[in-house]
Amino acid sequence: MQEKKLAIIATKGSLDWAYPPFILASTASALGYDTEIFFTFYGLQLLKKNLSLEVTPLGNPGMPMPMNMDKWFPVMLTALPGMQSMMTTMMKKKMADKGVASLEELRELCQEAEVRLIACQMTVDLFDMNPGDFIDGIEYAGAARFFEFAGESDICLYI
Amino acid sequence: MADFDQELDASGLNCPLPILRAKKTLTPMETGQILHIIATDPGSVKDFEAFSRQTGNELMESREEGGKFHFLIKKA
Repeated sequence: MQEKKLAIIATKGSLDWAYPPFILASTASALGYDTEIFFTFYGLQLLKKNLSLEVTPLGNPGMPMPMNMDKWFPVMLTALPGMQSMMTTMMKKKMADKGVASLEELRELCQEAEVRLIACQMTVDLFDMNPGDFIDGIEYAGAARFFEFAGESDICLYI
Repeated sequence: MADFDQELDASGLNCPLPILRAKKTLTPMETGQILHIIATDPGSVKDFEAFSRQTGNELMESREEGGKFHFLIKKA
């Protein structure tokens, strides 16, 4: 059986949206897929050595909140200072309680499984990001590099 | 329950950790050896069936006992 290939583009830099790329990539490698993730725009936050990702209830009516707050709490008040860090703390605690892996752990598992992590060079330049802030073992490249692999892939996801 | 060569307790871990840990434990094992996995994630039942079909490692047994799920996987 020829090895299957999975190509993922990770574009989001929030705590919740950081999970799908790493969960899918690590699982795919465990199933024998050759896997690459291309990180672009806000997705580059997922490659930082120190992950300081947050979740926000703002603009997300689907986000379950404690005490059913999503049903009665005025949307405008979710913009109050401190709300975002409070929601992030609660989300992290919930994840730990439920045995959900930390992002650092999933990312490490991806690297151990030889998932190739590619940072979009253009975004790094655009936001004046410092490559020293990123983890080791990543590649810097552009769209053409992504298509080289994605064009041969069996599954291609934009997250 | 049949004999096994190695055991992995993935109790308390959620998707996809039981699968990832199982894969990691299976890698250095020899063909024909059997891994016993214990999990509490109800999703792991379908996941180990799918893991077995896709990787060729045979799922010899899958059962629930006392709120825990037990799997026997034979390394291909």
